[in-house]
Amino acid sequence: MSKKAMIKITLKEEVLDPQGKAVLSVLKSSGYNNIKDVRVGKYIELFIDSEIENQRSSKDDKNAKNKLDKEIKEISEKVLSNPLIEEFSITIK
Amino acid sequence: MNNRYIKAGITVFPGSNCDFDVHHVLTDIFNVNTSFIWHKDKPKSCREYDFIVIPGGFSYGDYLRAGALAARSEIMGLLNDYADNGGIILGICNGFQILLEAKLLTGVMLTNKSLRFECKYVHLRPFNMDTPFTCAIKDNAILKMPIAHHDGNYFATSKIINGLNKNNGIIFKYCNVTGEITEDANPNGSLYNIAGISNEKCNVMGLMPHPERSSEKLLGGEDGGYIFKSIIKYIKEK
Repeated sequence: MSKKAMIKITLKEEVLDPQGKAVLSVLKSSGYNNIKDVRVGKYIELFIDSEIENQRSSKDDKNAKNKLDKEIKEISEKVLSNPLIEEFSITIK
Repeated sequence: MNNRYIKAGITVFPGSNCDFDVHHVLTDIFNVNTSFIWHKDKPKSCREYDFIVIPGGFSYGDYLRAGALAARSEIMGLLNDYADNGGIILGICNGFQILLEAKLLTGVMLTNKSLRFECKYVHLRPFNMDTPFTCAIKDNAILKMPIAHHDGNYFATSKIINGLNKNNGIIFKYCNVTGEITEDANPNGSLYNIAGISNEKCNVMGLMPHPERSSEKLLGGEDGGYIFKSIIKYIKEK
């Protein structure tokens, strides 16, 4: 079965999020007064090539998993997010 | 003005849209020998160029983050080497964002504090006159140039700011018409009113305002021309 990596990117807590502030003000003016703050982030899905993945797994299951985890982390760190202002979390299914 | 022996390159990505403006200014106003470098071109190096401009626009539609995808394209590897060897690179607007994402400059651009696309004239005060980008600017001059961007809110950690201060790397700040650095004069919420910064060696500069849109009287002002005049002067005196 082909795997999917789901990456959630959020702005670091100390970084101002004007987009979130704008959404918050719309929510407030729409009467949703119990919302205290809004932060807007990004969600990205990576679909892993199952053929390559299977080849890897057949050799050594644990090693293949580590390699994939490392690669997804590297992609998230170096391309998908900017570590100066953003954080990310990864779920692989 | 015989500048034909000076060679300038303009990088072009899908979505660059100020490339022809820069080409027009360099060719028709400053008589520089100018050519385009398409991002997929594979020149062995960029050494034949005396300077390179990364123009404004919306490279790759600003997908992911402004400048993020262009910063990872093939040509940037060559620009990295070019900068390492002291080559002069000017990144304008989206070009500035690309330089930040490529880590040729430090810091990051956030969305404008106003959440609006800001398109208007601003005033700029130079803070380091000893660079290839400012050496022809008259003392105490305040330059008027237009901005047009959505993500120009410069942000950096205090460590990065300290580094910039140490190297005189903050080249331009937004100011009012008399040159004071005020909050009102800051069009995008940029940290310390920063409008332009350089790397440690001062051979790479990113600038949010558009000098190429203010280099001839016909367009309402020639202040932007001083950026290009400076680069030409620097190359001639080198």
